Amino acid sequence: MEAMAGELARLRAEREELDRRIRLLESQLEATPRSSASPAGEAIGGGGGGIGAAACPIRRRGNGFSAADGLPADMIYRYSRHLLLPDFGVEGQRKLSGSSILVVGAGGLGSPVALYLAACGVGCLGIVDGDDVELNNLHRQIIHKEAYVGLSKVKSAADACREINSSIKVVEHHHTLKPCNALEIVRNYDIVVDATDNLPTRYMISDCCVLLNKPLVSGAALGLEGQLTVYHHNGSPCYRCLFPNPPPVAACQRCSDSGVLGVVPGVIGCLQALEAIKVATDVGEPLSGRMLLFDALSARIRIVKIRGSSSVCTVCGENSAFTQDDFQEFDYENFTQSPMSDKSAPSLDLLPESDRITCKEYKRLVDNGEPHLLLDVRPAHHFQITSVSQSLNIPLSELEEKLQILETSLKETMNTSTLDKVPPLFVVCRRGNDSQLAVQLLREKGFLSAKDIIGGLQSWARDVDHDFPVY
Amino acid sequence: MHLTLEFGGGLELLLEKSIKMHKVDVQPIDGQEKVMMKGLLSWVKSNLIKERPEMFLKGDSVRPGVLVLINDCDWELCGGLDAELEEKDVVVFISTLHGVL
Repeated sequence: MEAMAGELARLRAEREELDRRIRLLESQLEATPRSSASPAGEAIGGGGGGIGAAACPIRRRGNGFSAADGLPADMIYRYSRHLLLPDFGVEGQRKLSGSSILVVGAGGLGSPVALYLAACGVGCLGIVDGDDVELNNLHRQIIHKEAYVGLSKVKSAADACREINSSIKVVEHHHTLKPCNALEIVRNYDIVVDATDNLPTRYMISDCCVLLNKPLVSGAALGLEGQLTVYHHNGSPCYRCLFPNPPPVAACQRCSDSGVLGVVPGVIGCLQALEAIKVATDVGEPLSGRMLLFDALSARIRIVKIRGSSSVCTVCGENSAFTQDDFQEFDYENFTQSPMSDKSAPSLDLLPESDRITCKEYKRLVDNGEPHLLLDVRPAHHFQITSVSQSLNIPLSELEEKLQILETSLKETMNTSTLDKVPPLFVVCRRGNDSQLAVQLLREKGFLSAKDIIGGLQSWARDVDHDFPVY
Repeated sequence: MHLTLEFGGGLELLLEKSIKMHKVDVQPIDGQEKVMMKGLLSWVKSNLIKERPEMFLKGDSVRPGVLVLINDCDWELCGGLDAELEEKDVVVFISTLHGVL
């Protein structure tokens, strides 16, 4: 372990040094006047610097040989397959290279969005994200490489985009988008792509786009399904027109709880890139006023007509009094009763302290050989991933109807021990929320020896068994 | 009246075996000639929803965050709860996804 950590530190230091030398050379190159090649992409607002990135000026110099209104020779060659499309052509490419697009979220959706927008020659590409790359992101967030695990997602994504196309400008925003910085960042772009993962952020981005009058290409993916539409464009609704009231908290599934097949956000992200290109170039019919619903399992794509913008919408409606100041003050997490980060799962606190024990206490009890029963209430497919030895799996959703099994197991435990009373029953789940609900239910049903293991298997892996797999 | 009902975006989890597509035969409520959306919602609640009905309905309509589509068209454009259904109509109930980063 130590040797690996040392090697890792050495490699990181080596990379830092290389990055430093690259930056130095880039800045020298930048300072040298050139005639035809366009400037390499550059980072603005990196490492927590100014968020606004001032503006997103698009610098592209023509070369002496192209016609006054034609494209420079290097662009003609690079984008020749675009130029050969009659519907797209020089005009489309010119509009694209003159446009600036902000991608919010450098994750499963944002990966293909950023890669395609960089490759296709958008003039300025901004990427916002406050997270770091994690190993369990890589199966779907294809813009990130193993070498970037632990580093900023924005840096990773921006580097990948620059490697693909050094002629565009890539702007790094190393922040989570929030009401206090959103206006300042979004203002600099023509089009916004929502590639985020949570409800409060979706409302916030939509409101921000309405206030600044920017079209919003919005995508979502979860499990084996995806959804896509273009809000606030050509009379289409904003997110609030469609969903004036947020759904109840229990209806909000998140991928860290529900899983997602990697290619599903990939498909939706590609379609988001396509819609952004269509909006930027004014080519074709964008998906405004319509919504695309993708069901990967049955291989079905449905495109449905949705309502137009609502005249009574509190944000984009005729009599809306929602101002930029209101926006900056608005508490989106409170409005939706859910957090802006996918990671911070809401944690319950249902039980009195006497009904709970910590993982370490439980470990001590196991080591002392104290007779007990361990009940794991995670869904069966979670239990298959990993479990603590000698635990009984009854998923929370089936617990009430399977109390008999529990009763029998408790009796068996009692018979094989020297106990003359019901043995203690400990309940565990993934994070320690469902186990509390289970203990509550069990105590109501007369299982008075039921106790919750605080923090679930996540705490078990952190505090007791460091080799226990985390998922 | 024969209808095709589809559930998506996680709403299928409220139904038996999480089956997404259901071909059903629904009769109008007594005294009415046609099946209306309002009647269909209560029919779905009594006949298809197996758990947590509050994740499907709120009051006499669907809960916030559920889109209803009649023949691939937002029900808000077809009359909402008062929309009249026709033989062989396809009604889709879909929960919005907030998704994954």
